[in-house]
Amino acid sequence: MPVAAWPALAAVAIGAGLAAALLLVHHKAAVLAVLAVGAALLVVAQRTRAGERAAASAAAHPRLVPVAVAACGLGLVMLLREDNFALLMLCTVALQTLAALGLHLQFGYAGVANFAGAAFLGVGAYTAAVLGGHLPSVLVLVTGAGLAALAGLLLALPLLRTRGHYAALITIAFGLLLRTFLEVNDTLGGPQGLKVPGFTLGGLAFNDAIVFDEDTEWSFYVPYAVLALALLGATHVLVRRLERSWIGLALDAVRVDETAAAAFGVNGGAWKIAAFCVGNALCGLAGALLAMVTGFVAPPSFAFGDSLVLVSIVILGGIGNPLGLLPAAFLVVVLPEKLQGLQEYRFLLFAVLVILVLRLRPGGLLPRRLRRWPGLP
Amino acid sequence: MLAQHLFNGLMLGVIYALVATGFTLFFGVMDVIKFSHGDVVMLGAFTALATYAAASGAGITHPALLLAFMLAAALGVMALLGALMARVLVLPLRGAPAINVLLITLMAGTAIRESVRLFYPQGSNPKPFPRLLPEGAFEAGGFTLRYDSLILLGLGLAAIAATGLLLERTRLGLAIRAVAQDPETAAVMGIPFRATVLATFALGSALAALAGVVNGLYYSEVNFGVGLLLGAIGFSSAVVGGLGSVWGAVLGAMVFAALQTAGALVVPGGSAYRDVFAFGAVIALMTWRPAGLLAERSAERV
Repeated sequence: MPVAAWPALAAVAIGAGLAAALLLVHHKAAVLAVLAVGAALLVVAQRTRAGERAAASAAAHPRLVPVAVAACGLGLVMLLREDNFALLMLCTVALQTLAALGLHLQFGYAGVANFAGAAFLGVGAYTAAVLGGHLPSVLVLVTGAGLAALAGLLLALPLLRTRGHYAALITIAFGLLLRTFLEVNDTLGGPQGLKVPGFTLGGLAFNDAIVFDEDTEWSFYVPYAVLALALLGATHVLVRRLERSWIGLALDAVRVDETAAAAFGVNGGAWKIAAFCVGNALCGLAGALLAMVTGFVAPPSFAFGDSLVLVSIVILGGIGNPLGLLPAAFLVVVLPEKLQGLQEYRFLLFAVLVILVLRLRPGGLLPRRLRRWPGLP
Repeated sequence: MLAQHLFNGLMLGVIYALVATGFTLFFGVMDVIKFSHGDVVMLGAFTALATYAAASGAGITHPALLLAFMLAAALGVMALLGALMARVLVLPLRGAPAINVLLITLMAGTAIRESVRLFYPQGSNPKPFPRLLPEGAFEAGGFTLRYDSLILLGLGLAAIAATGLLLERTRLGLAIRAVAQDPETAAVMGIPFRATVLATFALGSALAALAGVVNGLYYSEVNFGVGLLLGAIGFSSAVVGGLGSVWGAVLGAMVFAALQTAGALVVPGGSAYRDVFAFGAVIALMTWRPAGLLAERSAERV
């Protein structure tokens, strides 16, 4: 029996609607109401198995659903086209999710915990600051990703030789080291940081507002938002493909039992390092574009706390489930901005939130489903 | 000059050793890393500070008495908090992936840090720590030996020695070592698992509070962020020494302090880069000896 497409499309539409509502409302009570609606929908979806139907329908229509998601993303940007602040938040959410996808690849698939996500974001961002204006912007992004991967490669040998807590220490030490380095190094601006030139593509400077006539003027964040969402979408598709391929299977095997995987001829070390590098490259890419969007980099944005925020996104979203990252990033980025006064309390809030999730729902908000092969019952 | 650096390095090493001992004790009994440990150090210092304010408000002026109150409050409250955190955050997650415990305690540490920043009066500014130890110094050539540093050094070394004696000579120590070696056999022998774990966490957290007070007295200042770096340093020291071994932790702490001191001396650009150098060296050390300098000998059964 063919599976209908509407449950998946409905889920996409509901998600986009919630995102738009969260970005558009300003009043505190309204924000809380949107959150309550979202939480209620999540509970209903669980109780009525609507979530499973949506997932099954999405799996049955692998071409239609991505198109619908892309249309919703574009629609969201168009809806917000004159609202600078909302678009900036949308960009930030998209790019944090992109970085979280990198961490997800490392931790969710290969089982390598990275507590220096913000440091790799920082490598990308400082690359954009130093090279911006000297190279074409696209090349700057690529270089940022490459340098982040290269920085991670420095840790390859230590990470391979250590396990568990010892490996966690390696990334923590690297994060602290890099931040201290940025702070004391004068050629990189020291504690004051550096300015970052904007993105340009074929003569189109992204930092100029788009003016049609006297009355119609779009925010300069529109092209950035489109670019960020496009990068996120492309990466998401890539990661999903990776998960379903033999590479994903190899990574799963290495995570679950490296010794057993080795017995079947899977080279655990190589896969772990590959996942680590690709994940860091995604962080670097996100960092480079984020630096161009905000036009400024400084060491405090790449502190240990920010690495923990990235880890929180991965944990909250559901370890191993890339779909959960977007709503988690929405909560983590938009909520503190919307609930003014909460901005100050955001690290405390996330800390308590993650503790509660780990105690009460250890799989995350949207846990990963078991691997299912088409054709099997 | 060299003697001066040696003494300063030794002082740092003792503070780090107090923190690292906690890490290694927790790892011993529960095989977990409690990453909120550094923030417990910081909270211990702030508890002492609050006690100082309360006690001097009540009219107590004698420095030794004040210090005794501060130490009693800081050590007592942190021991309770340590046991509470073990009860609420660590014991329930027994059997969960190790990374979950690491994360939950990292987040608990963040919660402690942010709470102090937000809720302690003007918590986001560095706070002056009262100078309660006798002032003055012994001088010989270019070498200055402050009496207060000497007292702090003695205090720290005494605490470490006492912990070592406790572990090796008392029934509680025997219980802790038994649980560390094999919880199930220990339970069969009639050693209460939960009580031993709670006692271990109380002990480690009291040592952390002592480290916080010593650190505050040494630098005459505390701020809410000091725990993050001290925690990372203590963890590094415990790992470099080899988790699970108290003397390993002390050795690791001394190695880290030596690295920092050497970094400040050797690296061009001076003391600004000392942490960069020290953490870089830790990563290199871990690559060379992945299980620490004094590693527990173990083979993985497949």
